Amino acid sequence: MKINSPLEAYKYLPQTNCGECGEATCMAFASKLIDRSGKTTDCSPLIKEKKFAKKLAELDRLLAPEIKEVEVGVGERAVKIGGDDVLYRHKLTFFNKTKMFFDVTDTMEEAALVERVKNIANFKKFYVGRHLLLDGVAIRSVSNDPAKFAAAVKKVAEVGIPMIFCSFNPEVLKAGLEAAKDANPLLYAANKDNWKEIGELALEYNVPVVVSAVNDLDALKTLAKTFAEAGIKNIVLDPGTCPTGKGMKESFSNFLKIRRAGIMGDTEIAYPIMALPFTAWMAGISDPVSASYWETAMAAVFTIRYGDIMILHSMEPYATIPEVHMAETIYTDPRTPVAVDSKMYKVGNPTADSPVLFTTNFALTYYTVESDLSSNGIDCWLLAVNTDGIGVEASVAGGQLTADKVKDAFDKSGFDLKKDVTHNTVITPGLAARLQGDLEDKLSANILVGPMDSGRLPGFMEKNWPPKK
Amino acid sequence: MKYGAGFASAPNYSFHKGKNLEVKSVLFLYLSNSSKRKIYGKGEVYMAKKAKLSEMTDMFKDMDILSLEGVTIEGDVEIELNGLGGGFDPMLAALLGQENAVLAQHFARLASMFGVPVGIGAPAGVPAAAPAVSPALAAPKLKDLIPAKFDFENIAEWANQIQEVPIGNTSADGGSRGKRVMLGGEKALPFFPDAVMPNRNQVTIDVFDMRIGLAKAVKVNYDEVMDSPGEWAKKNVEKFNADMITIHLISTDPLIKDTPAKEAAKTVEEVLQAVDVPIAIGGSGNPQKDPEVLAKAAEVAEGERCLIASASLNLDYAKIAEAALKYDHDVLSWTQLDMNSQKELNRKLMKQCNVPRDRIIMDPTTAALGYGLDYAYTNMERIRLAALMGDDELTFPMSSGTTNAWGARESWMVSSPLKEDSDWGPREYRGPIWEIITGLSLAIAGNDLFMMMHPTSVAVLKQITQTLFGSIEAEPVDIANWIGAEV
Repeated sequence: MKINSPLEAYKYLPQTNCGECGEATCMAFASKLIDRSGKTTDCSPLIKEKKFAKKLAELDRLLAPEIKEVEVGVGERAVKIGGDDVLYRHKLTFFNKTKMFFDVTDTMEEAALVERVKNIANFKKFYVGRHLLLDGVAIRSVSNDPAKFAAAVKKVAEVGIPMIFCSFNPEVLKAGLEAAKDANPLLYAANKDNWKEIGELALEYNVPVVVSAVNDLDALKTLAKTFAEAGIKNIVLDPGTCPTGKGMKESFSNFLKIRRAGIMGDTEIAYPIMALPFTAWMAGISDPVSASYWETAMAAVFTIRYGDIMILHSMEPYATIPEVHMAETIYTDPRTPVAVDSKMYKVGNPTADSPVLFTTNFALTYYTVESDLSSNGIDCWLLAVNTDGIGVEASVAGGQLTADKVKDAFDKSGFDLKKDVTHNTVITPGLAARLQGDLEDKLSANILVGPMDSGRLPGFMEKNWPPKK
Repeated sequence: MKYGAGFASAPNYSFHKGKNLEVKSVLFLYLSNSSKRKIYGKGEVYMAKKAKLSEMTDMFKDMDILSLEGVTIEGDVEIELNGLGGGFDPMLAALLGQENAVLAQHFARLASMFGVPVGIGAPAGVPAAAPAVSPALAAPKLKDLIPAKFDFENIAEWANQIQEVPIGNTSADGGSRGKRVMLGGEKALPFFPDAVMPNRNQVTIDVFDMRIGLAKAVKVNYDEVMDSPGEWAKKNVEKFNADMITIHLISTDPLIKDTPAKEAAKTVEEVLQAVDVPIAIGGSGNPQKDPEVLAKAAEVAEGERCLIASASLNLDYAKIAEAALKYDHDVLSWTQLDMNSQKELNRKLMKQCNVPRDRIIMDPTTAALGYGLDYAYTNMERIRLAALMGDDELTFPMSSGTTNAWGARESWMVSSPLKEDSDWGPREYRGPIWEIITGLSLAIAGNDLFMMMHPTSVAVLKQITQTLFGSIEAEPVDIANWIGAEV
């Protein structure tokens, strides 16, 4: 992004405060543009009225992220990569988390191929109220036979998740493109030998394309520049991912150098980067668990340092679960604490005799407590108190979790301790023990101090529930 | 419009942006439908009259040129490539421009070698077009590579060096350790090309002063030594390649065994005798008891330069700092995911307690992958960046309680408590990788010392951090044909 203050964006807006974007003023809208929570398309006068066309174009140019954003696939599973503006996530946030593509080959038996693709498409890992997913399939042309490749592509395309076509042979890639029209796959890859033909394919079929030059940043930039000048817009960079020794160190350096140059304004290399942790399987590691661990470690390294899309092999849960969590970790927006709605939640099937607990609306806290309760079959009422998304210990210390706040949350949820339950008792988090006296006064209820860690709630319930009269 | 195959080939060449390629010789063009015409000059063409290249473009625009044949070099040609800029017909550029210039240069060299004119463009003398391109693909948009040079600049603001802090005294330093561990000294983020990273990451493996509950995958490695801290420490060093040992005096907690400080100190002596690597000494985490326990431990370990863990804002850090200074140790400055608290505690240790800079290591708290690692990661990265840019209250090596990864349910639970989750697979493989990835991410954020537990985690973390550090030699792997790899 070339500008960083709302005032600079404001200059290009209609300045009528019409409110059509949902903001009260153009200045408020300008702030949303700057923190990238709003888009110019949200401003209908700017989009519709001809007189603003020039301003719109200029504003879009100024607001464009430093790293080009590229889309792969179509439909609801389509993915975006790139689009970053900073080198460190705390400076703003990273956008479009690293996308994980898993390999299949065009030499696989059809049944095995379909099963693997479905496993990739259906993978789910619960995290703070939603599911972390795997993103797509990379089809490797091991056969180098256009017909075989096309057949594999057809099978994979039926599942409907994004694809990367992997071959250096233009005839093979062309066959794949013909087999899956309008699927918007990513072509891998153009290199020093085949760039003309692959470039023409990218233009002809209007699909994103990877340019590849192993450990040669001049050559990589040359390919990217050549493609860009030819009118290819969606470019991804593959600087090579060496799996061991000095080669891996060099690969790591290359990722850093490319992204630093891109963020610093070298537009000719400001594209998303592809990492290939897959190469761990070429490093001669004999046992598959160790190879898988190494691949996962490589995936973590390149998720943190600027890999935007990667091709992986191991589908073992001990590989995929940490991989998707690492991408989530690095790409979570650090500006807003993750929070759940502040309200009364039912865990299991609570009755009027079930315990009532509260915790904070910090998503990590809430879901930890919730899953500790539900996974142990404890039916109960769980109130998420609005602490601005701060955890229990910190919010008690910082004053975001007080007896007043808890009472307020009960009132707003419409839950009546006198009517909705028979025991008029509330269990506080152990870390909020100091609120006990205050809570007794404010809620006119019995207060039980729970354990310091919600993991100990089952034992606590056994001892303390139902409460002694 | 078609043209001679000889010009369609892309010779293998490279050159740098901003440099003009000058080719000196005279170029004759024989057009297929015209008599011999002489063309020469610097980016200009003389025919009946003086013409610019752009005019030539116009001239050729409507001509059905089948081929350019019999182009001959005779004498001097000067072609300035930067004259072939915007609006120029790429086809003609191809004919007269870059590739031709390179060919011309090539032949001009030959010419000067032989001292005679050398013809080019005669079909026999020209290599056939190399790539087998179907006509449909050979559109003009991708005619030639547009060369670009990649430039990289170091970060100018990284002007401050991280303090180097040694742990462990050898006999030369007045102690009995077999080696000394050196942490810190970085002038850039870890593994970055801006500056050489002077010291590799180090791993210290935990020992507890009593049998405790551990995740099953961890416990199987230590079960037979858990009643003997000395044996436990030995196993960590001899079998699991620990750089250091951390002895946790958890039995001193009044709520556990309330072991008196004096008795706990004996365990420290036992560990110091059992192994000769540097050691870290931890308390139970009880803020009332820890200062007393750690002070006593520091006393019995006098002169060994141990890492005393930890001083924090919610206990009597002054007592711990005082003992560390008196008995020649380092202090671990521990805060909870808050850079400003970290500055405050470091400042107090330096200003109030007079702890020298080369005796402070920071523990800004490690939250596990999936359980707040985003905070832990960014906290460390911010601390390290602030230090490199000159914040002297943060210029210290960092330590991570990586074992916190074992608190994540993904690392120890038999299976997911949630029905809709995909299968979590065998837990004995989940735990170690959870510890590896938690630690590895912090290694990249700036952490120097790792407090760990599982032997596999230790081995893999060491392997990957030392690979990025540059000290692992390996046969280069040819990844060029990864697409066809048999996996």
